[in-house]
Amino acid sequence: MPARRSDKLFDKVLIANRGEIALRIQRACRELGVKTVVVHSEADRDAKYVALADESVCIGPPPSAQSYLNIPAIIAAAEVTDAQAIHPGYGFLSENADFAEKVERSGFVFIGPRPETIRLMGDKISAKVAMTKAGVPCVPGSEGLLPEDPKEIVRIARAIGYPVIVKASGGGGGRGMRVVHTEAALLPAVALTRSEAQAAFGNPTLYMERFLTNPRHVEIQVLADEYKNAVTLHERDCSMQRRHQKIIEEAPAPGVNARALARIAERAAEACRKIAYRGAGTFEFLYQDDEFFFIEMNTRVQVEHPVTEMITGIDIVQEQIRIAAGQKLRFRQRDVARRGHAIECRINAEDPWTFVPSPGRITSWHVPGGPGIRVDSHAYQNYFVPPNYDSMIGKVIAYGETREQAIARMRVALSEMVVGGIRTNIPLHQELLLDENFLRGGTSIHYLEERLARKKQAA
Amino acid sequence: MDLRKLKTLIDLVETSGIAELEIQEGEERVRITRTSASSQPMFIHAPAPPPALAAVPAAVAVAEPAAPVAEEAHVVKSPMVGTFYRAASPGASPFVEVGDTVAQGDTLCIVEAMKLMNEIEADASGTIKAILVENGQPVEFGQPLFLLG
Repeated sequence: MPARRSDKLFDKVLIANRGEIALRIQRACRELGVKTVVVHSEADRDAKYVALADESVCIGPPPSAQSYLNIPAIIAAAEVTDAQAIHPGYGFLSENADFAEKVERSGFVFIGPRPETIRLMGDKISAKVAMTKAGVPCVPGSEGLLPEDPKEIVRIARAIGYPVIVKASGGGGGRGMRVVHTEAALLPAVALTRSEAQAAFGNPTLYMERFLTNPRHVEIQVLADEYKNAVTLHERDCSMQRRHQKIIEEAPAPGVNARALARIAERAAEACRKIAYRGAGTFEFLYQDDEFFFIEMNTRVQVEHPVTEMITGIDIVQEQIRIAAGQKLRFRQRDVARRGHAIECRINAEDPWTFVPSPGRITSWHVPGGPGIRVDSHAYQNYFVPPNYDSMIGKVIAYGETREQAIARMRVALSEMVVGGIRTNIPLHQELLLDENFLRGGTSIHYLEERLARKKQAA
Repeated sequence: MDLRKLKTLIDLVETSGIAELEIQEGEERVRITRTSASSQPMFIHAPAPPPALAAVPAAVAVAEPAAPVAEEAHVVKSPMVGTFYRAASPGASPFVEVGDTVAQGDTLCIVEAMKLMNEIEADASGTIKAILVENGQPVEFGQPLFLLG
């Protein structure tokens, strides 16, 4: 029986992003027969995906605030090109609930969750409340803002259990935090953090959580359609980080307690159904001592999605488009494969040791290939890496039947890769791929920074 | 040749798949060319010396400026994405015509986006030498709109 010709999902999608993810979304659209409109700043006029798009619209000067974060310009571009849907990618406006709302009110489909969901999960405190209600364990914490009463603060800390971390609610990304190991140090630490928070963020409110000394960052990918069908696409380990920026990611997570993982994955899928989640999303956890603790949910596609695609065979960006077009998920949980191991190295235009950004012209460019190697990059020979945006110029992904094979393939791939004219962090990756602790697997989120600090001291 | 007739011709080229169409009506002549889908797609259009020669957005043509631009000519560029209108409302007279003298700050046109009409002001004084886009045409950030001399 011949396959039924599926209806076209959208006639035209506007890609509201740049760099490698713009190319990624474009590829997914083109494969599906969907026309693409790419918006770009003046700095990205020569981008590869701009040249490949059916239409392109310059939306502003290089600064993000006037281009990729410029909501009216993006929506106007969708209007004048008659696009049906807008894919926000990651970063920029992808988790901006106001943007999602404006997109929908202007008559376009936002390829992502509903604005209310983005709002709910965007507020760290309300997200934790929603997750706790849905049965997803969170880092034990103050369940809301810290009161002023010192007796209450001491009681809360005791209930959480030391060591605790005091965090500014207006902070984030590692700023406005203080770890407290003993009750004696608690109240002075709280007072200090409060005044720092007021000075830095204009918001003195704090909350408190248990401080995990050696956690790993393990996250779970989910896909959910509009009909409350939700599946997980297994987990990823993204513990190799520097200043909260992921450097290497892998799927699956090595050496994680299988039962705890299965339980948390089911809870995550159930939470999706409960909050009527729509689209692709990632539940981020800290994992320590066989326990998972929810920290936040990312309501968008993530940079590291390729490693999940490699072990499941599912095209996550295409599924986002299908879900946004109102299609039902075409597979159930038992249909989601889990095969082999994939590793991703983020290639950044920066000095591998000082991390100073290295924008400029790529004078020679040669990407690796061969079995199990995938390169997601918008760069090309003579491409000028603009200084206005983040430094990631591409991702190299290696797949193998085993973790060892994936690592071996990645080593070979990086040894072939040539990026001339700018500095990249390839030498850092090459060192990490020989690091005995990385090879063993399961390093914590502090590992890379501790290693870099040791290296600096030894120098 | 009025705009409606022009639009009919444009649609004809688009739907029929013919590569080029040239029509002469008395003094007026129009040539519409379809370029292949893989060429550079842009909203950049040629400055139009009369009679107007329309570039077709859907056929993704990038046109070179037909007339050499004078040394002192100042290009007024669009500061935003939207739809270009010559007048404040349909039926009203255009803000400016070729040959008008304008002062810095004078309203030259409207760019409409998200149902809001934005008045675009001259960022320099001078005489309008050319109007580079058609009424109702989509424009992008930085797109040349007027030539001031």
